[in-house]
Amino acid sequence: MAAAPLLSGCDMALLDPAGPIGAEEKSIIILATCLMLIVVIPVIAMVLLFAWRYRASNKAATFKPDWDHSSKIEVAVWGVPCIIIAVLAYVTWVSSHTLEPSRELVTEKKAIEVEVVSMDWKWLFIYPELQIASVNELAFPADTPVHFKLTSATVMNSFFIPRLGSQIYTMPGMETKLSLLASAVGDYDGLSANYSGGGFSDMHFVAHALSDADFAQWVEKVRAGEGKLTMAKYRELAKPSEKDPVTTYAEVEPTLYHDILNKCSDGSTCMDAAVSLAMAKEVAGGDLQLCNPAKPRG
Amino acid sequence: MFGKLTLEAIPYHEPIIMAAVAMMVLGGAALVAGITFFRLWGPLWSKWLTSVDHKNIGIMYIILALVMLLRGFADAVMMRTQQAMASTGAAGPLPPEHFDQVFTAHGVIMIFFMAMPFMVGLMNVVVPLQIGARDVAFPYLNNLSFWLTAAGALLINISLAVGEFARTGWLAYPPLSELQYSPGVGVDYYLWALQISGIGTLLAGVNMITTILKMRAPGMTMMRMPIFTWTTLCSNMLIVAAFPILTATLAMLSLDRYLGMHFFTNDGGGNAMMYVNLIWAWGHPEVYILVLPAFGIFSEVISTFSSKKLFGYTSMVYATVCITVLSFIVWLHHFFTMGAGANVNAFFGISTMIISIPTGAKIFNWLFTMYRGRVQFTVPVLWTLGFMVTFTIGGMTGVLMAVPAADFVLHNSLFLIAHFHNVIIGGVLFGYLAGFTYWFPKAFGFKLNETLGKVSFWCWLVGFYLAFMPLYALGLMGMTRRMNHVDNVVWHNYLLVAALGAAIIACGIGAFVLQILVSVLNRKSLRDLTGDPWNGRTLEWATSSPPAFYNFPETPVVTARDAFWEQKQSTGAGLQPLAAYRKIHMPHNTGTGVIVGGFVALLGFALIWHIWWLVVATFAGAAAVAIGHSFNENRDYYVPSTQVAETEGKYFNQLTSQV
Amino acid sequence: MTGNTQMLAGDAALLHDVEAHDEHHDDGSKTTLGFWIYLMSDCILFAAVFASFAVLRGQTAGGPDAKELFSLPYVAGETACLLLSSFTYGMAMIAAERQQRSATLRWLGVTLALGLGFMFMELHEFAELIAEGAGPDRSAFLSSFFTLVGTHGLHVLSGMVWMVVLMAHVLRRGLTQANIVRLTCLSLFWHFLDIVWIGVFTIVYLTGVAA
Repeated sequence: MAAAPLLSGCDMALLDPAGPIGAEEKSIIILATCLMLIVVIPVIAMVLLFAWRYRASNKAATFKPDWDHSSKIEVAVWGVPCIIIAVLAYVTWVSSHTLEPSRELVTEKKAIEVEVVSMDWKWLFIYPELQIASVNELAFPADTPVHFKLTSATVMNSFFIPRLGSQIYTMPGMETKLSLLASAVGDYDGLSANYSGGGFSDMHFVAHALSDADFAQWVEKVRAGEGKLTMAKYRELAKPSEKDPVTTYAEVEPTLYHDILNKCSDGSTCMDAAVSLAMAKEVAGGDLQLCNPAKPRG
Repeated sequence: MFGKLTLEAIPYHEPIIMAAVAMMVLGGAALVAGITFFRLWGPLWSKWLTSVDHKNIGIMYIILALVMLLRGFADAVMMRTQQAMASTGAAGPLPPEHFDQVFTAHGVIMIFFMAMPFMVGLMNVVVPLQIGARDVAFPYLNNLSFWLTAAGALLINISLAVGEFARTGWLAYPPLSELQYSPGVGVDYYLWALQISGIGTLLAGVNMITTILKMRAPGMTMMRMPIFTWTTLCSNMLIVAAFPILTATLAMLSLDRYLGMHFFTNDGGGNAMMYVNLIWAWGHPEVYILVLPAFGIFSEVISTFSSKKLFGYTSMVYATVCITVLSFIVWLHHFFTMGAGANVNAFFGISTMIISIPTGAKIFNWLFTMYRGRVQFTVPVLWTLGFMVTFTIGGMTGVLMAVPAADFVLHNSLFLIAHFHNVIIGGVLFGYLAGFTYWFPKAFGFKLNETLGKVSFWCWLVGFYLAFMPLYALGLMGMTRRMNHVDNVVWHNYLLVAALGAAIIACGIGAFVLQILVSVLNRKSLRDLTGDPWNGRTLEWATSSPPAFYNFPETPVVTARDAFWEQKQSTGAGLQPLAAYRKIHMPHNTGTGVIVGGFVALLGFALIWHIWWLVVATFAGAAAVAIGHSFNENRDYYVPSTQVAETEGKYFNQLTSQV
Repeated sequence: MTGNTQMLAGDAALLHDVEAHDEHHDDGSKTTLGFWIYLMSDCILFAAVFASFAVLRGQTAGGPDAKELFSLPYVAGETACLLLSSFTYGMAMIAAERQQRSATLRWLGVTLALGLGFMFMELHEFAELIAEGAGPDRSAFLSSFFTLVGTHGLHVLSGMVWMVVLMAHVLRRGLTQANIVRLTCLSLFWHFLDIVWIGVFTIVYLTGVAA
């Protein structure tokens, strides 16, 4: 009863990819599965066959109670899996490199940059080149590479648009990168694939892959809208909330993503500043200090 | 006086929890009343709670595991119900704050308090018998290990009634598990329950390795050891190598939460990725800790019930050792999507696949053990055949997810959930249930009801496929794990099928419980006096069932693999009385383990609720009792040869009168 | 009967084994092996804590780093205490093997005093750091420092408690076989802590100050 809908691929987001990354991942899933079936099907068949053939009541079958070794069989049962795994290892090595999430997709069209921040419990998308931002709605032109830089303002999440392919974790204080492309115009469901607390289940968004004209129009609409995402407004936004409606911001504080990534959106010292201070200290011999220094040992 | 503990901690307003608590309290009260009424406190204390007999300790471990199986399965039913009811936009019966505790508790209970005690219990009952020993190397430590595990389990159950459990997922990834995001006591329950039981497990591992290395019967070389003993040895080596990492990791998270440190916090330079690395450096070997003994059980079962030597013993041993070593260099495959880079991902992906080679070799060896054998379809064999089919499928999806590029879309989805239940239920649990049925007559002297065992098996098998195959499909549809609610009518249908599968598994568990009850009631007709009900091959069958507390009247001498089988072949007979008996050196029972375990459970409770005076008092109490025990010089004694002769004489009289 | 003919060759040896097995006379070899296995697991525990320190040592979060905090001569003093205590424990073991009860107790006493000296110096260092605002909650670097050194310190402390208990055992029963086995286990433990300390000294203090 589960098998009937199973055959219709259209419900299977991963088997119905809408971009080259997802398409390659689908073909790897199919290839690897087929390779393994070379062993798996005979094994399952042999389990059932041997069990039936050598059932205790079948006195016609050969019975060799002391037979416990055969070099030929040993070579086959170690050798055949070895060969299959060798092929699979090759596929793994190559595909790990070609599909590495941070590897930037390049087409003749200029890629669009999006900075992604996972928050409790919503997604913030910042367009650094366009200086606009949106919450729980992602739009980008179809057929154009989208380069995502991702971080988290809270706990770990995972940014995932199943029909486009690869997911990637978002982590506080760290930046991950992901490059995706939608081959066709359409609305694709996006979600957090890593449990992040109470409001996690509603942490989804729609990714609109638009035609170039529609995307330009969307940007215009956002710019014509109200509101700038200032630091103060961001701090308001950062408070935990669930099922947030789609919101857009006509303008955005230019350093916002940097400050979230470096954990200084609350006004404290930025991580990168602390690191460069530490490096300067190395050079200057420990005389430089932060605003709230720990007293060095005399 | 009571730290953070107030009456507010009891969740009066949650009817589901209160009903469960009421059942637990009533059940406990009935048990206490029953024990009191039948005046069983004395025997319970002197024969069981304080016992240093490995067989009794093993049985207590398994009872703990079965009780916790029921608790963990209740959580599973709640999850399947919630997801089935809340997949078309409705809220479902469980709000997120409750649901999130349920899936966390389910994982923690099933791994730490069901699978682990079940495994340690089977090892305890069987391994000393299989190697022809009288007990484990450190009998008192064995008792203590059990009580530490029980203390951890107790804390988890208390969390249901007092306070809350973690809402973080079973591995409690920070920063979510840090004070900033989980200010309640849930994560503290998690930390101390695991820390305490983890120490118990580590001590059990030390004990079992020493036992196997030092106490084998004369003549039993390493390459003559039964496969279950081999897998136990490897599994315990993994315990000793992996559990300290868990201890250290949980300790660091505790320091973050209790002393404001910054190991994994968002601020202060903490690094949550380090936690993920450390926890999986324990977590992946843990998978093999659980499954290796199951492999051992299947080897024993398939060889015994095919009346045939195990095919490829040597390659089986090497495969086991291979898996043991490889299990330590694959942990990163649990987080390919963390951006480690192509080379790192590819390395861990390939090393993961390589594990499938020795595992595959094992499957073939079991296959060729049946080949030209005489396979009897007993309940343990059914579990084994079910395992071979199911585990092969689970292995395939596992290798699939070991390809990083495939994992980028499958990670954290229900496909993953289906995969690991496929190997843990199909591999670990089927194995332990096979072992349970196989060795039950050894532990109790009577067999289990065969029909109900078969009913249980078929319910489990069908239920498993119905419950988890839809989850593979849902994963391919993009449904992620740990969802409290969704709005998708296509997914809803699959989730309904999965819920039906869980209901059929419930029938399987019901049949299993019924099987035990019916068998206990009919124990006279199911009695096995020979000690060797299955025409066994290894030494555990070379003594009466249940064995006398000293196991063997005289230590057996081993001249070949399948020692008892060879002995039966050469003498043409089973057990024989000896001409003369010798005195036997045995350890005394001691209450130290159960008392220390009690103190430690209270210590954990005090730490969770910040009741500092009680922390000091219980720690001092536990230390004092343990040190006091070291001054007890009267730890062992000799069983006089006359008593041995009398016990054995009685047994052989019974045996001959029966025949 | 093939099994039996095979057996004849090693018959005498095997029968002897059976007797030894039955008698269950533990010469302490089981205990010592078990303790070794425990020590190896403890070694892995330290490895995990060391690894965390290596990851977090640069994460000072704007706070003080190793160079500003540690004084090598002071730590050299601690190290001397601990290394010397390993030597004196060795002397205690020699005395124990010779069945010299009072010499054993004397050397154990000296070891205990050196251990106390070490603990005192370590706690003094901790107190000073905390007073300076460089406590374990200041930064990830300091968290991992206090945890690594503190874990070692807790081990030394429990080793000392154990030593007192063993001294009581020796006073009560003398240098019995059981007590020698216990002393041997503690000796393994004590030397092990010495080795771990050399790791701590090198990785935390030497490279920290030199970096």
